[in-house]
Amino acid sequence: MKKGLLISLSIVGAIVIVLLILVIWGVGVYNNLVTLNESVNQSWSQVENQYQRRADLIPNLVNTVKGYANFEKDVLIKVTEARASVGQIKVTPEVLNDPQAFQKFEAAQGQLTGALSRLMVTVEKYPDLKANENFLQLQAQLEGTENRITVARMYFNQKVQEYNTTIKRFPAAIFAGIAGFREKQYFKAVQGAETPPKVEF
Amino acid sequence: MKKVLLFIWLLFYVTSLAQSEFANSQIPILKNWANDYTNTLTQSQLSYLDHNLSIYYDSTSNQIVFLMIQSLNGYPLETFTYETASKNKIGTKKNNNGILFFVAKNDRKMRIEVGYGLEGALPDALCSSILRNEVRPYFQQSEYFEGVKAGIDAIKLATKGEYVAVQKKRNENGIRGLGSFFLILAIIIISFISRIGRGGRGGRGGGFIFFPGGGFFGSGGSSGGGGGGFGGFSGGGGSFGGGGASGSW
Repeated sequence: MKKGLLISLSIVGAIVIVLLILVIWGVGVYNNLVTLNESVNQSWSQVENQYQRRADLIPNLVNTVKGYANFEKDVLIKVTEARASVGQIKVTPEVLNDPQAFQKFEAAQGQLTGALSRLMVTVEKYPDLKANENFLQLQAQLEGTENRITVARMYFNQKVQEYNTTIKRFPAAIFAGIAGFREKQYFKAVQGAETPPKVEF
Repeated sequence: MKKVLLFIWLLFYVTSLAQSEFANSQIPILKNWANDYTNTLTQSQLSYLDHNLSIYYDSTSNQIVFLMIQSLNGYPLETFTYETASKNKIGTKKNNNGILFFVAKNDRKMRIEVGYGLEGALPDALCSSILRNEVRPYFQQSEYFEGVKAGIDAIKLATKGEYVAVQKKRNENGIRGLGSFFLILAIIIISFISRIGRGGRGGRGGGFIFFPGGGFFGSGGSSGGGGGGFGGFSGGGGSFGGGGASGSW
């Protein structure tokens, strides 16, 4: 009789201990995922900030260029249109979980990038515009912003990779699915950046 | 079975990651404040710049690092400078006040990469103006040392007072626009004065008298010590966000 009680007690004890370990482990995994998720969101807001900064620069740039006689109107119109369509997209962190919305966002921003680079190529034909200090400063700001966008995207991709790898890895993968952590979207690589550096010293 | 496959895939994934990390090993690890891999600058010019930047760090906690290389071989300039600046952690962790002044000699390209904390003092437009109006005129004449010196002086002027060893609160936004205007004015005036004063080459030697012996750095004032003679550069953990401007000549 006593022996039976001892056995059943130790079985219950073992189950309790295992459950306790599982719960502690689960809390650890969950907290880690929350941290990673937040760092993805934070790096995403960086990306958004820089895109916003670019959009804010455009009216000034367009006004400066517009002042020049017979500057190609359609190039300017394309930039203004692309900016408007970028402004229409509502961006929330949920975009990251939705491949379609994410692609839409990227496509719109890509269109603006294209329109702006066409504008900068067109400018090459206007020597007095290129000598204008005001324009040169705007150009420097735009270039700087484009570069910040690249950096912010790269940083974002790193954070998403950390997050995605974690939620897909066994054993956290079992838990991540239950807790509703889903895979997030990446930006595509920027052209030219994927070739390894070959630098001569 | 699926799990095993997944594990194998992950293993490959991780090793391929390690390989792409390996490709970055071309990014130089900077040991000095002024680094020239092209042998364009003389030993004494280099140690002058090195000492100059080291002193500047001591009084302001801003870290300005100069790097000149032969060629990027087609690697994107902005990516290279960002990676170099980030990997070397230029600037302090608290203030992110690092700057990399980079020159690729044969590509005729240059860039000022600005850390997060100094983007207010040294906005992109000002960087671009420094490269265009201060550095380029010298580089076009192949006067590399003069160009580098003019660039560094302008950067120093722009960043001076933004952060001292103890962090100060930044000015209100309204004042900053006016401030940068005066900074540009000051840079232009100073560069004029220094251009006039540069007639006598002996003046440069005199510069060393102001920084005798490098007592803080324990170098004992060895004049032939090269770039590394002043305790060298080590990054303080600063991070970068892609600010700055590029130029060419």
